[in-house]
Amino acid sequence: MFKEFAKGLSITLKHLLPGNCTTVQYPKQKLEMSPRFRGLHRLVPAQDREKCVACYLCPTVCPAKCITVVAAENEAGEKYPEVFEIDMLRCIFCGYCVEACPMEAIEMTDAYELANFSRDDFDFGKQRLLKS
Amino acid sequence: MTPEVLTLSEAPWLFTGVMLVKIIVAFVATLLIVAYATYAERKIIGRMQTRMGPNMTGPKGLLQPIADGLKLFFKEDIIPSQAHWFAFILAPMMILAPAFISISVIPFGGDLHFTYDGILYAVPMQITDLNIGVLFIVAMAGLGVYGIVLAGLASNSKYALLGGIRSTAQMISYELAVGLSIVAIFMLSETLSLRGIVAVQQQPLWGLESLSFIPNWYIFCQPLAFCLFVIGSMAEINRTPFDLPEAETELVSGFCTEYSAMKYALFFMAEYANMITVSAIATTLFLGGWGGPFYGWINFLIKVFAFMFFFIWIRATFPRLRYDQLMFLGWKIMLPLALVNIVITGIAILLW
Repeated sequence: MFKEFAKGLSITLKHLLPGNCTTVQYPKQKLEMSPRFRGLHRLVPAQDREKCVACYLCPTVCPAKCITVVAAENEAGEKYPEVFEIDMLRCIFCGYCVEACPMEAIEMTDAYELANFSRDDFDFGKQRLLKS
Repeated sequence: MTPEVLTLSEAPWLFTGVMLVKIIVAFVATLLIVAYATYAERKIIGRMQTRMGPNMTGPKGLLQPIADGLKLFFKEDIIPSQAHWFAFILAPMMILAPAFISISVIPFGGDLHFTYDGILYAVPMQITDLNIGVLFIVAMAGLGVYGIVLAGLASNSKYALLGGIRSTAQMISYELAVGLSIVAIFMLSETLSLRGIVAVQQQPLWGLESLSFIPNWYIFCQPLAFCLFVIGSMAEINRTPFDLPEAETELVSGFCTEYSAMKYALFFMAEYANMITVSAIATTLFLGGWGGPFYGWINFLIKVFAFMFFFIWIRATFPRLRYDQLMFLGWKIMLPLALVNIVITGIAILLW
């Protein structure tokens, strides 16, 4: 019994030594995210426009039905999304849209600090998604 | 010139002044240690659980106790409508006063000499040297229970009541063992005055001149009593392996469930003040009080802080006892051991 007591005490004493702290001082210091981390979406830009060709695969596959796409055609006759909106309050960050995309036009970044003050701020439009 | 002992009858004003200064110094020092004991506890337990502990308020979180105090001071003071308001207000005071009052008989150091009006006076570094000091401390420790029981009864809450009931049973069973373990000490010292006990402990070990480099601390001749005293006093001040009265996982917060604001702070202060008192008593009775390599009160503080670190360390390591285990330990192990210790000490004193 006393051996176990001593063992427990020695473990806690070992932890007391400097260099054993596992806390990450969060706002000051952030952990590196894994490459497969599913954070905020990003529309990948090409030369002068977004890569997206408005094929409607991502709103189709989306289980949370949070993606709104409206397709249009530009002067060169290429399809592009006139509206590409993700409702972040509905999004479940499953990453199916990224898997479904044939053009690799949508990907997920490691941004996870998505809190905001009003509901409208959670509607991420095309311009915001291109910049993120 | 031999210093003259300052007495009330010979120099009443000087005596009163010196007394007040001693009381203020001891009280403020205790309060400061209480405040920073909370900080030290959070920091040390945090480190032991590989966390940081408070580190945002001020440099290294050193202003945390002040921030906590301010926060609690400005919170709303709630008295539950069904609570007995008088007992409810009285309880935190009744728990705090005995915790602080025991400090008054503890000697912090040797004599302090100063000259006034051409006379050299000697002032003991102790608020008052009662000739029944140990008895006084035991009595005050017993009085501390009433605060907890009263808080439990007055709150009119099932958790608080359970905490109060538990603390009654716990305190009664452990006070016996603690009291009996102290008996062995004053069988050896033949005095109840704490100052006398410290003086005895400054003689060479076991009265042998060849061992004069080791002081005659009672931890060497009463190791069993020392262990019993430390374990029992941990139970008496509700420190973690024995914190059943406020068991957070079972009783929300035990006897102080219904308390808020400054009254809650008083309970916390009492807990840490009790810790200081118990450390100081253990230092005085078993570790030779202020004796040691440094100047008087520095030795004393080092020993007290070492004890407090030990209590915090225990808290970070061991889980809470079950209620029946607590009673088993108190009545079936500690009490017989304490009695055996007294008998053996008695035989040893008779033989040598």
